[in-house]
Amino acid sequence: MRHFLDFEKGIAELEGQIEAMRHLSNVGDINIADEVARLEAKAGRLLRQTYAKLSPWQKVQVARHPERPHFSDYVAALITEFTPLAGDRAFAEDRAIIGGLGRFRGRSVVVIGHEKGADTEARVRHNFGMAKPEGYRKARRLMELADRFGLPVLTLVDTAGAYPGVDAEARGQAEAIARAIEACLRIRVPLVAAIIGEGGSGGAIALASGNAVLMLEHAIYSVISPEGCSSILWRSADNAQDAAEALRLTAQDLMKLGVVDAVVPEPLGGAHRRREETIAALGTALEAALEPLLALDGPALVAQRRQKFLEMGKHGL
Amino acid sequence: MSWLTNFVLPKIRAVVAKKEVPDNLWDKCPHCGQMLFHRELEANLYVCHACGHHLRLSPQRRLAMLFDDGAFTRIELPKTPADPLKFRDRKRYAERLKEAQAKNGGNGDAIWVAHGQIGGIAAVVAAFDFGFMGGSMGIAVGEGLLAAARLAVLQEAPLIVVPASGGARMQEGILSLIQMPRTVLAVEEVKAAGLPYIVILTDPTTGGVSASFAMLGDITIAEPGAVIGFAGARVIEETIREKLPDGFQRAEYLLEHGMVDLVVRRAELRQTLARLIAFLRQKTPPAEIVPLPGRGEADAAAAPAD
Repeated sequence: MRHFLDFEKGIAELEGQIEAMRHLSNVGDINIADEVARLEAKAGRLLRQTYAKLSPWQKVQVARHPERPHFSDYVAALITEFTPLAGDRAFAEDRAIIGGLGRFRGRSVVVIGHEKGADTEARVRHNFGMAKPEGYRKARRLMELADRFGLPVLTLVDTAGAYPGVDAEARGQAEAIARAIEACLRIRVPLVAAIIGEGGSGGAIALASGNAVLMLEHAIYSVISPEGCSSILWRSADNAQDAAEALRLTAQDLMKLGVVDAVVPEPLGGAHRRREETIAALGTALEAALEPLLALDGPALVAQRRQKFLEMGKHGL
Repeated sequence: MSWLTNFVLPKIRAVVAKKEVPDNLWDKCPHCGQMLFHRELEANLYVCHACGHHLRLSPQRRLAMLFDDGAFTRIELPKTPADPLKFRDRKRYAERLKEAQAKNGGNGDAIWVAHGQIGGIAAVVAAFDFGFMGGSMGIAVGEGLLAAARLAVLQEAPLIVVPASGGARMQEGILSLIQMPRTVLAVEEVKAAGLPYIVILTDPTTGGVSASFAMLGDITIAEPGAVIGFAGARVIEETIREKLPDGFQRAEYLLEHGMVDLVVRRAELRQTLARLIAFLRQKTPPAEIVPLPGRGEADAAAAPAD
């Protein structure tokens, strides 16, 4: 059973009708096959129309779609021999951020990313992709490992934000994020980051201060969630749609602002409709972004990253 | 409207109204409610006589209390694009920005950068202005920190940053978020030059500010009672639906949890800072107290006899 978003209601109804009809045999002079084809064309048209002009708030819904491919789906398809490495060597293993060694297109890499989990049990295990200091400290440890052995780092970002909890604060959430950003900027190996779903604030940029930052077409990346922004600036939870517009959190706006280097197109109807296709497209984009960076030496990579971030924010929309 | 509303009404109100405490004469401690005579409060560096609460300081006062003899030179900060996203909530960001600038009497933003001497050693200080949109960090603040770092490198001086900020400036969206890596890069410039980078965490230091340059000090000092943390207390309470522990996210709590080096009262801040800078910058004692070689040996030889 597909999970439909609110604004996909029309499409859901059509697809429901199509599904029901498939179980019928031809009755009288109505040709079921023709009717199904007609409805499919209509559903396709509606899907195309809807997704051609998604509002920022609709994109927020798509970016958070529960069936959207997650970190583990990308890793399973794109990384061979993936070997997860656990723990921050100080306190705990945080499964909200997964990282490890593997091969991407045959080359040894370190892969790190947020994992939201695909079902209830997994979501709880991965704390819904909201990492604690341990997660960021593990990420930093793995980046330093990559630096030591000259391995490129790929990061996949998909988090509502760093976990807001008493224990996370007690163990230095702010410091852990700051050190992860510092590690991103210091390592003498290529770092390619991809925002695959939600890029939620400091918890996202902690893994995304890279040489190249890619973003899926309907992913979002923002300093605060539209809901949080609404409650602070509008003093009401009801203006999340307005906040989503005002924050310019879409891949298209971020490309214009120079914060993102490439937007990776999603299949019609969003990444969740054709997961394999999305994963393959991201693989191609990651390879294309990594390729030119492999020609640079350590100091050149650090300088390129530095220059890239110093240039940002020089112009508005 | 008419002479009645414009002229008569205010006069009547002025007569009838309860006499408010005149500005600049008395302040009320936001912590214990004690009325504090303004001149005494100023002399006490804006620390409540009654409860020791450290009130928030304007950047002018902060700079004056940190530099020797209150003497410093403020530098002009680079111009940055105002309202890059054409952001609008209930009000236009451009308007909010203008109001904040009118209030602080200039066209600056939430950060001041100055140089001078601390304990006789040249130093650069960047101080946040919490009164300017909650000290929030947007492009201008990021550029201010980069300018401060470069000034420190140029003058071969330590950099001291004094945050007082709720975090990123939402109205600049992603461009405020990217100030996190940009300010980390600023700190890297100072560290790469082998210069000390000292942070004085003041009330409040939260969000994107705490999770970037503010937590990367070679030495981290906090003012007593300052709220320091990543997530806001309300957000945490809503997430975990529990009451927060006493003193949560306060300077003393951070000290207890190993997140800051020292909690220092405002009255001792300048001295402490001067001593720390001297440790890192003057590794051998000044010439006049170097013991004479002959005397030193004689003393050392005499010592075991005690």
